[in-house]
Amino acid sequence: MVTQAPKIQVDNLTIRHGERVALRDVSLAIRPNEVFAIIGPANAGKSSFLKALNRMDLFTDKMEVAGRILFNGRDIRTLRNLYALRRRIGVVFPLPVGLPLTIYENVALGPKLAGVRERAELDAIVERCLRLAALWDEVKDRLNDYGSLLSGGQQQRLTIARALSQSPEVLILDEFSIAIDPITTMRIEDVLEQLRSELTIILASTSIQQARRLADRTAFFLDGRCIEIGDTEPLFEGGARDARTRRYLEGRFG
Amino acid sequence: MERFATTPLNRRNRRIQALLRGLFLLMTLLLILPVALILATLIVKGGPALTFDLLFSDPRLGMTAGGILPALLGTVWLVSLAMLAAAPLGVAAAIYLNEYAGDGWLTRLINLAIINLAGVPSIVHALFGVGAFVLFFGLGASILAASLTLAVMSLPVIIVTTREALAAVPMSYREACWTLGATRWQTIRRVVLPNAVPGILTGVILELSRSAGETAPIMFTGAAFFLPLLPQDVFDQTMALSLHLFVISTQVPGVPEPLPYAVALVLIGLVLMMNALSIGFRLWLRGSRRW
Repeated sequence: MVTQAPKIQVDNLTIRHGERVALRDVSLAIRPNEVFAIIGPANAGKSSFLKALNRMDLFTDKMEVAGRILFNGRDIRTLRNLYALRRRIGVVFPLPVGLPLTIYENVALGPKLAGVRERAELDAIVERCLRLAALWDEVKDRLNDYGSLLSGGQQQRLTIARALSQSPEVLILDEFSIAIDPITTMRIEDVLEQLRSELTIILASTSIQQARRLADRTAFFLDGRCIEIGDTEPLFEGGARDARTRRYLEGRFG
Repeated sequence: MERFATTPLNRRNRRIQALLRGLFLLMTLLLILPVALILATLIVKGGPALTFDLLFSDPRLGMTAGGILPALLGTVWLVSLAMLAAAPLGVAAAIYLNEYAGDGWLTRLINLAIINLAGVPSIVHALFGVGAFVLFFGLGASILAASLTLAVMSLPVIIVTTREALAAVPMSYREACWTLGATRWQTIRRVVLPNAVPGILTGVILELSRSAGETAPIMFTGAAFFLPLLPQDVFDQTMALSLHLFVISTQVPGVPEPLPYAVALVLIGLVLMMNALSIGFRLWLRGSRRW
């Protein structure tokens, strides 16, 4: 097997929120076009890890990141154009955030801010992304309604459409399903299945079954440490090396 | 045992609840009382003197007769210029403090300064205005100096209300926008400000109406006791409603009784009109963008 250069490589990542240590010395590599799941109980450091990947730590009070993160081989700490980095990484948050703009503007905002002016081009982007997010059929007749008037599940798909609007190379999903119904969750999982050939997907989840359904590889975080990383199937089939991972996967804690 | 039976404890709780509800209602009604009394007195005593002539003619016979046009226009001038100076400055400062500044010692120092500035008595602002604008900047006693003094006095309130309006915009909106690769300014312009504008405008207009009634800060800096002519430019002095009311109530003998009441009615009417405007504007903005 040919070893590919990792899409994202993380070396000795330690994250502090003031006094509290959220992540301790985590090193891992995420391959291009894989679905990489991070599982673990609350406060395991999953969200902090994801935030560090597109340098959202700069917008978070008292969040300190030590260690190295390479994106396509470039150290993101020395990148001057962080805006370009963020455009290449789409993010979906736990709670659906429909911006107080129209459905159309929610999706078109990113490209517009990046300088796309042509109406036809924007139209095409909006339709493509809403179709990718399996939302187009439901909203195509009311693109000028406010995005925040949609249901929670629809808003979460709108968020995904927005995250895809700048054709990112990486899609980060942080607990995308905790606030939405099971049917929408399944639809979004279908969406992710379709997207996996096009981009790298990193998702954090407290649902181990979701990780099992979607991920090629899974990492288990506990108390800010990365306990174990492995191919998803063997890991879930009892192949975990660490006893804590096995117990977590068996549902005995967390 | 019957689960829905009323116990003595239930009865007692219900009595306390009813009593307190009544008490709170009473307090609220007491709030309305002074406003109603003031308005009623003004309307009864000043209403008859409130004529077209009063609003649109000059004072005559040593201000014991005639109208208040120069004072009315003067107040409009002073307040408009004050807001023109204070609103952009205050909003910009609030945007910096809420959207850019971290939680450092400098921010805390600035916050402390703003709170203290808000607590400075208006007569001290007046003396500051004399020292700074009238004398140091050489503006003399003028509309400009008086407006700037009012502006300085309005700044802290505008900053605080604007910050509150900005802080009311959920953090998640900003984060969503940042992850798209937006700069802070793009985020402020596209997402934060549109949502904060109703609150900001309400704050500015309320402060505008408050400064319309201020007397002390303008009486040494540009408002005149009596001027026979309307001001020609911002370096002239002007009459102002609030000072005029003070003057004809206490300083001029032989003013017919209804006149000061009518002037007070005009002043309060002006303020209430601006407040209504601010509420109406807010409702209109809210109606035009629903979420």
